[in-house]
Amino acid sequence: MEHLDILENKSIHIIREAYSCFENLCMLWSIGKDSTVLLWLARKAFFGHVPFPLVHIDTHYKIKEMISYRDRYALEWGLDMIYGENTAALQSKNTYPDGNASRIECCRQLKTEALKNTLSGEWTRYRINHATGKYEIDSNKEPYTGVIVGVRADEEGSRSKERYFSPRDKNNDWDVANQPPEFWNQYKTDFAKGTHVRIHPLLDWTELDIWEYIHRENIPVVSLYFNQGNGKRYRSLGCEPCTNCVESDAATVEDIVNELKTGKFSNIAERSGRAQDKEDGGGLETLRREGYM
Amino acid sequence: MTKEDMNIVIVGHVDHGKSTLIGRLLADTESLPEGKLEQVKKTCQKNSKPFEYAFLLDALKDEQAQGITIDTARCFFKTQKRNYIIIDAPGHIEFLKNMITGAARAEAAILVIDAKEGVRENSKRHGYMLSMLGIKKIIVAVNKMDLVEYSRDIFENVVREYSLFLGELGVEPVMYIPISAFEGDNVAAKSIKMPWHYGMTVLEAMDFLPCEKKKTDKFFRMPVQDVYKFTKNGDDRRIVAGTVETGKIKKGDSVVFYPSGKKSIVKSIEAFPQKAIDGAEAGQATGFTLFEQIYIKRGEIMCIDGQQPPNVASRLYVNLFWLGKDAFCMDKKYSLKIGTQKVGAVLEKISSVMNSSDLSTEKKNFVACNEVAECVLRTDKPIAFDLVENMAETSRFVIVDNYEISGGGIILKTVDDKEKNVIDKVLLRNYKWEHSEISRENRAEQYSQKPVMMILTGEADGGKKAVAKALEKSLVLNGRFAYYLGIGSFLYGVDSDIKLQNNEEFNHDEHIRRFAEVANILMDAGLILIVTARMLTQRDLDLMRAISESNIEIVWVGDEVKTDLKADMVIDADTEKNVLMLKEYLKDKGYIFKF
Repeated sequence: MEHLDILENKSIHIIREAYSCFENLCMLWSIGKDSTVLLWLARKAFFGHVPFPLVHIDTHYKIKEMISYRDRYALEWGLDMIYGENTAALQSKNTYPDGNASRIECCRQLKTEALKNTLSGEWTRYRINHATGKYEIDSNKEPYTGVIVGVRADEEGSRSKERYFSPRDKNNDWDVANQPPEFWNQYKTDFAKGTHVRIHPLLDWTELDIWEYIHRENIPVVSLYFNQGNGKRYRSLGCEPCTNCVESDAATVEDIVNELKTGKFSNIAERSGRAQDKEDGGGLETLRREGYM
Repeated sequence: MTKEDMNIVIVGHVDHGKSTLIGRLLADTESLPEGKLEQVKKTCQKNSKPFEYAFLLDALKDEQAQGITIDTARCFFKTQKRNYIIIDAPGHIEFLKNMITGAARAEAAILVIDAKEGVRENSKRHGYMLSMLGIKKIIVAVNKMDLVEYSRDIFENVVREYSLFLGELGVEPVMYIPISAFEGDNVAAKSIKMPWHYGMTVLEAMDFLPCEKKKTDKFFRMPVQDVYKFTKNGDDRRIVAGTVETGKIKKGDSVVFYPSGKKSIVKSIEAFPQKAIDGAEAGQATGFTLFEQIYIKRGEIMCIDGQQPPNVASRLYVNLFWLGKDAFCMDKKYSLKIGTQKVGAVLEKISSVMNSSDLSTEKKNFVACNEVAECVLRTDKPIAFDLVENMAETSRFVIVDNYEISGGGIILKTVDDKEKNVIDKVLLRNYKWEHSEISRENRAEQYSQKPVMMILTGEADGGKKAVAKALEKSLVLNGRFAYYLGIGSFLYGVDSDIKLQNNEEFNHDEHIRRFAEVANILMDAGLILIVTARMLTQRDLDLMRAISESNIEIVWVGDEVKTDLKADMVIDADTEKNVLMLKEYLKDKGYIFKF
C-alpha cells in the first residue's frame, strides 16, 4: 500500500470510530486545506454522506473568499453547516488591530472563546437552511461531546504530542502531561459528563502529504492558496490581519507540490506566516492548553 | 520506485539520550526546518543554558524546564529508501503509559543504553514491553561512548549483559551499535574514534531493517465498525463498514461473522467517489453490502468462510500490563475492548505478577500500576478473538477502568468454559440459519418497536407475575406486539424430556438454554417479550445473553436483589405505578417509538 493510501485509510478508520462512539459529534471546518481534506475523508468514510454537522468559527476577519467557498460547498455537498462567533468581543472591538487587543488576546477571544461556547451550545449557533441557502439560528443547544479537528503533528511542537483521541476537561483545558495511553487502534471513547474529546484523524499527515492528496483526489480548495497574479499566495489561511502571503509563483496544486518538495519552501515551516505563534514564544502551547485548535 | 513507510520508536532508560539521538539524526541529515537549529541555539544562549540536541524535540515548556521528555513526540524524516516517523518515547517510569503509546505505533525500535551507566531498570522494562507489544526489530544503540573514551571493552560488557536479558524473553536484536549522539559518532556518519566497530551507523541500520511482512497473506479478519444505512437522496445501501485488519477479500466471497457465527455473501464492495470495487485487503478502510439481510452489529469480526475461524469464548488466559493509578483487582467491573467489541469484564484469577525490570514473579491478588501479569479474565458475553500465536492483530485488547484505558494485553489461550457447549450450539445455529428477506430494521420500522426481553425476577410470590401481565396487557391494548411468558411454563412441554433426570445442574442449564433459544426466535419475529422467572442468578443471565441476539432488561421485583444478579432496576409490587414506569423505560431506551 502506498504512503497516501496508508494515511487515508488510517484517517477514515479514526473518523468512523468517532462516529460510532460519540453521540453528539461534529467536525470543525476552518475552510483551510487541512480540514478540507478532512471533510473529503469524511465523505469517503460514509460513502458520499457526512452524517454529522460541520462547525466553522467565524472571526469575521477571515478573508472573503473563504466564506463564499464555505457556503458554496455546504450547499453543493449537502452539508449540515453551522457557524459560531464571539458576538460580544466583535461588538466591543476587543480585537486586533482595529480594536485594543493584542494578537494573542484577539485569538483567544475570537477563536478559543468562540469555539468553546459554540461547542458547549452556550452561545448561538447558526445553521444553514438548504432551501434558502441562508443561515438561521440553530435550535439545537446540546453540547458536542466529540469534535473532529484537522491538526497535524508536524505543524508545531505541542501538536506533535497530540493523541488521535484527546480529552478536554470542563474548561476545555488540555492536560498535556497526563494524556491517556493510546495503542492498538483503541482510543479514549469513554468520558465523564461535561468533558469532551477532540479527535485528530490527520495527525500523521505532513503539509506535503496534504497537497499531494489534494492533487491526487482533485479536491477543490480556496483560490487564495494560489498565486494571486502578483507573485504572492497564502501558504496557510487564517484571519486577514495576522496571516501573511508568501512570495510564490505557484498557480496550481502541482506547482505547490513541487515548491514543497524541492523548491524554496522545502525547508521552511508552514506556520512561519502566522504572527500569533511568535508572540507565544515560538509555539502555540499556551493557546492550545486553553482549547485553541 | 515508491518509498516505504516505517515508524520507529526510540526507547530506553531516562537520560540515556533518546531525544539527543533523534535531534542529532535530524540535524545531521538536514531534516530540520530552516532556522530551527539556530532558533533553539539562540534560545539556549538567551537563557544561558548549554545547547542540547534534545531541545529540538522536547517541545513542551515543562519538558525544557525539567530537561526530560514527558510525552511521546513524533517527527518526520526521510531517507532515499523510506519515509520514517520517528517516535520519541519518554524513559521515566512515571510515563510508562506514554512510552507504550509511542511504541505501539511503531514496527521497529531503537533501544538506547548509556555506556557509562550501563543497563538500567527501564532498559529492561522497555525491552520487555517491546517484546509484549510484538516489536521484534530492535536496534540497540550504546550511547555516550565519548564519556567512556570510546572503550571497546565497556561496549562489549553492555552487549553481553543486555543480550542475556533479551535472551530470556526470546528476543534477539538486529544489531548493537556503539554511538555518541552528542558528538555524532556512528549516528549519520561513521565514527573515526571507534575503528574497532565494523558495523553500520544508526542511519544505515534503520534502512537495513526489513519492512513488515505483508498482512495480506494471513486469514481475512475485519472488525465491524458499524452498519451504515444513510437514507438521504434515496440511498438504500446497507453497508457493513470497517478496516481490514489482515488478509484480502473479493466480491462474491462467502463470509461469516463472529461471535454470532452468521453467514452471508459479499454482494458489493462500496467506495467513494468511484462506485464500487472488486476487492479489498489489509489496511483498507472499506464497506460491504451483503446478499442476505443478516442482523449484525458493531463489534463482530468478519471472516471468510472456510478459513480458520477465530475463537469464541468468555474466559481468556491473558498476559497484560497495567497502567492505571488504581490497581487491577477482582471485585470490580471493567470494560474490555478488543477490535471494535466492547464488553463488561472481570478479573477472575491471577496466575502470577511480574516485575518487568528483572523478570521476578510473585503471587498477589491485584496488579499494580506498571506491573505485568498473567491472569484469567471473564467477559459478560462471548467475544471473538485469535490467540496471539496465531494472529497477534486480533489477540490484543485493552481494559477500561472508569473512562480510562488502564491496561492492555494479549490473549495466550482459552480456558475451559462451562458455556463452551452453549456457545458452540449458538455458532452452529447462526451459521445454519435460513434468513428471510425482511431485515430486522424493516420489521422494527413496520411494528414501530424493537425486540427486547424484559425479565421480571424476584422471590416466589413477590408480585412479579401481576406486574408482568399488566404490562403485557397495557402494551397490547396500545397496539404493541408484546407477549407474556412464564419461564415455568416450559417445564412440562418443551422440557418434558429432561425434567425428571437426576443431574440437577445439567437440567437447569439445559432448561435455561432451551428457554433462551425459544425467546430468541420470538424476539427475532419482532416481539417484546415479558418474562417472569424466580430468583434468577447472574449465571442464568450470562447464559441467556450468550444465546439471545436481542437485548435483555432485568427488573427485580422486591425490596432488594437477593441473588448475585446485576439488575437494571429494582421495583416494588405496585402494579399500576410500575406498568407506567416500565413503559416509559421502554420508550426511553428506544424499544418502542412513534406515538
